[in-house]
Amino acid sequence: MKFTEEHEWLRAEGELVVVGITEHAAEQLGDVVFVELPEPETMVARGDEVCVIESVKAASDILAPLDGEIVEVNAALIENPALVNEDPLGDGWFFKMRIAELGLLEEYMSEDEYKDFIE
Amino acid sequence: MDDLLRTPLHDLHLELGARMVPFAGYAMPVQYREGVLAEHRHCRAQAALFDVSHMGQVILGGRSAAQALEALVPVDVQGLAERRQRYGFFTNESGGIEDDLMIANRGDHLFLVVNAARKAADLALLEGAMAGVEAVTDRALLALQGPGAEAALAALVPSAAAMRFMDVAVLDWQGAALWVSRSGYTGEDGYEISLPEARAVDFARVLLAQPGVAPAGLGARDSLRLEAGLCLYGHDIDAETSPVEAGLGWAIQKVRRLGGAREGGFPGAGRILEELVKGPARRRVGLRPEGRAPMREGVALFAGEDEVEPVGRVTSGGFGPSLEAPIAMGYLPAALAEPGTPVWGDVRGRRLPARVAGLPFHSVNYRK
Repeated sequence: MKFTEEHEWLRAEGELVVVGITEHAAEQLGDVVFVELPEPETMVARGDEVCVIESVKAASDILAPLDGEIVEVNAALIENPALVNEDPLGDGWFFKMRIAELGLLEEYMSEDEYKDFIE
Repeated sequence: MDDLLRTPLHDLHLELGARMVPFAGYAMPVQYREGVLAEHRHCRAQAALFDVSHMGQVILGGRSAAQALEALVPVDVQGLAERRQRYGFFTNESGGIEDDLMIANRGDHLFLVVNAARKAADLALLEGAMAGVEAVTDRALLALQGPGAEAALAALVPSAAAMRFMDVAVLDWQGAALWVSRSGYTGEDGYEISLPEARAVDFARVLLAQPGVAPAGLGARDSLRLEAGLCLYGHDIDAETSPVEAGLGWAIQKVRRLGGAREGGFPGAGRILEELVKGPARRRVGLRPEGRAPMREGVALFAGEDEVEPVGRVTSGGFGPSLEAPIAMGYLPAALAEPGTPVWGDVRGRRLPARVAGLPFHSVNYRK
C-alpha cells in the first residue's frame, strides 16, 4: 500500500488501483455524513478533485492521485458514509482507477514514510 | 494554541481525549473520543456535559439596573420576576443585533450570560449605559443538557429537580454556591451552572460519574442548537439582522411594543417595532436539502433552478444527527418563507433542491 501527502492510500488490485483515505485522515475529518463520488468511466488527471467528503465539521476533496480512468466507485458510501470512519482502509474505499502502469505508484510514500510524515 | 485562553476545565478536557480548537480566543473542545455524532445523540437520549466557561458572565448590581438595561434590549426586564430568566438581545441604532444573551433576575441584581466573542463589546456597551457593571471572571460555566440532566444534577443538589424551565436559583454543593438556571441551548431540558472556578473540575468529575452523563464538545453543541432552530450569533443573527427578521419577535414583550406602557426606548426601536407590525422583508427559515449533501453557511439560495440572482443565503448548515439528514437555516424574502416552498442552493457550482421547513427541526423538550 502507498500513501499520498493528501492522506490517501493507494492499493494495487490486479491492474487497478483502489483509493481511500487513511485512518489519520478519517480521524481528523470526524464523522463523515456525505460522500459525493465520481461517475464511473470518467477520465481524470492527477490533482483533479474527484470526490467530496463532508464531515460534521467541513467539506474536503479527494484528488486523483494519478492520470487515469475511474472504473468503479464504492456506492455503499452513498447510503452509509460512516464506513469511511468505521473501516477507512477496507469497506470505506472510494474508487478504483486504471492507470497507465502500476509502477507509477512507486513515487508515493511507503507506510513507514507516511507514519513519519504525519508525526 | 499556546496564546489562547484556557477555561478552568482545560486539563480535564485533555484527560477526556478532547480535540481542542481555537474558538473566540479560547482553546475549546470541539469533540471528545466518541465524536460529534455520538455526543449529539447521547445528549438527546441521556445527558451531555458541556464546558461553556468561555461565555461572558456579568452582574448588573446598580439600583436601577433593570431600567437601564431596557435602554439596550427590547425586553421586559423590569417585569421579569425574581428567580426567573429571559432570553434577549442587544440591538443597535439600525435595528440589528449586537449580541444575544440570557438575563436573570437574582433579586438584588441581574445576572447576564453573553457570547464569548462579544464579551468585551457587551461590557463596553453596558458600562456606557449604567453603573454597577461587574464582569464575573472567577467562575466556570457548565451546561448539563438532555433528558437525564435532572436526575444527574438532583443527585448532587436535590432541589434542582423542582426548578422549571427558565427558573434560576443559588444552590449549595459542598460549600460552593452554584448559580443554576434551568435552561440551555440544545433544545433539551437541562441546566446551566455557574460555579467558582476552583471547584469546577471536581464538580464536573462528579457529574460525569453520574449514570448517563458524558462530555460533549462544541461540535455537538452546534448541531444540537441547529436542530432546535436556535440562532448562533455572528452567523444567523448579526449587526445587520433585525430580531423580527430572525423570528425572535416572541422575545419582545408587549410592554415594549407599540402601545405598550414602556414602548420602544431601545436602539433601533423604529425599525424593529414597525417590522413587528408590518412584517419584515426577509425571514429566517429552516431548510431541508432534498439530497444528502449538506448546505453550509454561505451557500447562495435561488428561487429557481436556473435563476441567476440569489434571493438569500444559508447562515448555518450541516448534518442533523437526530434527523439523519442535512439541515440548514438561512434568510429568504418573506414571500418565499412559507414551509414547503422549493428553493435551490448552489453547492460547489451545482443547484441542489431544498424545501423551506418549519423550525425547530427537532421538537424541543423543555420542562415547562
